[in-house]
Amino acid sequence: MEKTLNWREYIITRLIKASGYSAIIFVLLIFFFLLREGVPALAEVPLSALFSVRWYPIEGDNFGILPLLTGSLIVTLGAAIIAIPFGIGTAVYISEIAPRWMREILKPLVELLGGLPSVVLGFLGILVLAPFLRRFLDLPTGLTAFTGSLLLGGIAVPTVVSVAEDALDAVPRAYREGAWALGATRWQTIWRVTLPAARSGVLTAVMLGIGRAIGETMTVMMVTGNAPVLALSLSSLFSPVRTMTATIAAEMGEVSNGSTHYHVLFFIGMVLFLISLGVNIAASSVVFRAKKRAERILS
Amino acid sequence: MKRLFTLNRHLTERLGFSLITLMAVLTVVPIIGTVIYILAQGGHAISWEFLSGFPHDGMRAGGILPAIIGTFYLTIGTAIFSVPLGIAAAIYLSEYAADNRWTRLIRISIINLAGIPSVVYGLFGLGLFVLFLRFGTSILAASLTLSIMTLPVIISTSEEALRAVPQSFRTVSISLGATRWQTIRRIVLKEALPGILTGVILGLERAAGETAPILFTGAAFFLPRLPHSPLDATMALPYHLFVISTQVPNMPIQIQYGTALVLLVFVLTMNVIATVIRSRARARRQW
Repeated sequence: MEKTLNWREYIITRLIKASGYSAIIFVLLIFFFLLREGVPALAEVPLSALFSVRWYPIEGDNFGILPLLTGSLIVTLGAAIIAIPFGIGTAVYISEIAPRWMREILKPLVELLGGLPSVVLGFLGILVLAPFLRRFLDLPTGLTAFTGSLLLGGIAVPTVVSVAEDALDAVPRAYREGAWALGATRWQTIWRVTLPAARSGVLTAVMLGIGRAIGETMTVMMVTGNAPVLALSLSSLFSPVRTMTATIAAEMGEVSNGSTHYHVLFFIGMVLFLISLGVNIAASSVVFRAKKRAERILS
Repeated sequence: MKRLFTLNRHLTERLGFSLITLMAVLTVVPIIGTVIYILAQGGHAISWEFLSGFPHDGMRAGGILPAIIGTFYLTIGTAIFSVPLGIAAAIYLSEYAADNRWTRLIRISIINLAGIPSVVYGLFGLGLFVLFLRFGTSILAASLTLSIMTLPVIISTSEEALRAVPQSFRTVSISLGATRWQTIRRIVLKEALPGILTGVILGLERAAGETAPILFTGAAFFLPRLPHSPLDATMALPYHLFVISTQVPNMPIQIQYGTALVLLVFVLTMNVIATVIRSRARARRQW
C-alpha cells in the first residue's frame, strides 16, 4: 500500500511539473515554427524589397510590408487614444468613486465586453458603425482606419480597466486616508496620490491594452477596408488601411504551402510575435521593478 | 492658475467626478447597447428550423446547425486538452514551484502566451498541427491550437484560486499524515474548485468566440453534413458569421443577425454561468 502510494505520487508530481514547464515549451515551439516557415522569406525576397512600400503579392510579387506595418500602427494608435483615457477613467470610477453595488454591476459588464467575440464587433462595425461614420463624417467609405480604431479601442478597454483597477486596488488605504486627513478633496487624492502610487500598474495596463489592440485580427479585417496603402499622416486615419494581422488572415487561406507568399506571411507573423514579446516583457518588467521598489520601501 | 485651482477645489472635484462618471457611462452603455441591439435584431430570425436545419441556397436560406454543432465540438475539444494541462500547471506554480529563475521564466512564458495575437496562433497551428503532424485541416488541429491559446487564462485564474486557499488547510492536512498530493487533491483542489471552474469557463468562452486561430486549422466555409471524426474540418459559428457577413453577396440580413445572436447567446451563457459560480462561491466562503 505504502509502496504503490509513493509510486503514484511520484508519477503525478512529475506530470504536474512537466505541465508547469509546458508554457515555456509552447512559447519556444511557436517561435520555432514561425522561424521555420518565416525565415526562408529572407532568402527569397531581398531585404530592400521586403521593407518597401508596395504590397501586391498576387500580381508582380511585391512583398513590401511597410504599408502593413504602418496600417497596424495607425489603427493601434487610434485605439490607444480611445482606450487609455476611457480604460483608466472607468478603472478610477470603479475603484474610487462608484458605490459598492455599482461596482458589482460594472465589473462583470466590462468583463463581458472582453468576452464579446471580435467577429461580432466586426459584424456590427460593417452594418452599423461604418455606414454611420460615412454619413456623419462625409467620407467616401466608412471602412477606414478610424472605424477600426473605434472598435479596437472597445476591445482594448477591458484589458486596461481590469489591470489598472487591480493596480488602484493595491494602493494601501492609508495613502488615501493620509491625503484626506491633510484636507485634500477626494479628487485631489485620486489625482495626486492614488494614481501616482499606482503608476506602474497603470502603465502595465496601458501596454497590455496596446498589445491586445495590435494583435486583434477579425475586427480590423472586417472594418478597415484592407487597402495596403502607406499610412504616414493623420489623414490616413480616415481612409482604408490594411494591418499585418488582417493580411495574414485574409491571404493565408489562398496561398500554396511553401511559396514565397506563404513564407512572407509567416515572416509577418514572426514580426507580430516579436512585437508582442517585446510589449509583454516590457510590461512585466515594469511590474517587477515596481514590486522591488515596494519591497525596498516596506523593509 | 494654480491659485484658481485651489480656490475652486470643490468645483474641480465635481467636474472631475462628472467627467470620470461620464467616461464610465460611455464605456458601459455601448456594451449594453450592442447586446440589446443584436438580441432585438436577431430575435426575428430565430426559429426551430434556423437552429436545427442545414444551410442551403448558397447559405442564403435554411439553418445553421452545422456551425452550432461545430462550435460545440471545438469547445469540447479545447477543454479536453487545455483543462487538465492548465490546472496541472496551476497546481505546479501554486503548490510546488520554488521562487527561482525557472519559475520566473514559466511566468514570463505564460504572460507572453496570453499576449500572442490570435492569428499568430493560427499560423503556429497550421505549421505544427496541420502540416508538420499531418492532422490536416481538422477539429483536432483547431482544438489543439485553441487549447494553447486558452492555456494562459486557465493557468492564471486557477493559480489565483489555489493560492486563495489558506496555508493552514495544507498544514493541518499534512500534519494528519496525508501526503502532499493527497492534500492537494482532497483539500486544496476541492476548496479552489469554484474559482478554477470560473477560470476554465471564461477561457473556453474566449476559445468559442475566436475565429482567427481556426481560419487555417479547422474551419470549413461550408459543409453539407456534420463532421464524422476529429480529423474532419468543421463549420463554426464565429467563422460562419465572418463568412456570411463579408464573403457571400446578397446575404439576407436576417440570417446574419440570427447567427450573431446565437453566437452571442452561446458566449453570454458561459459568461453568466462563470459569474454566478464565482459570486456564489464568494458568498459561501467561510475563510
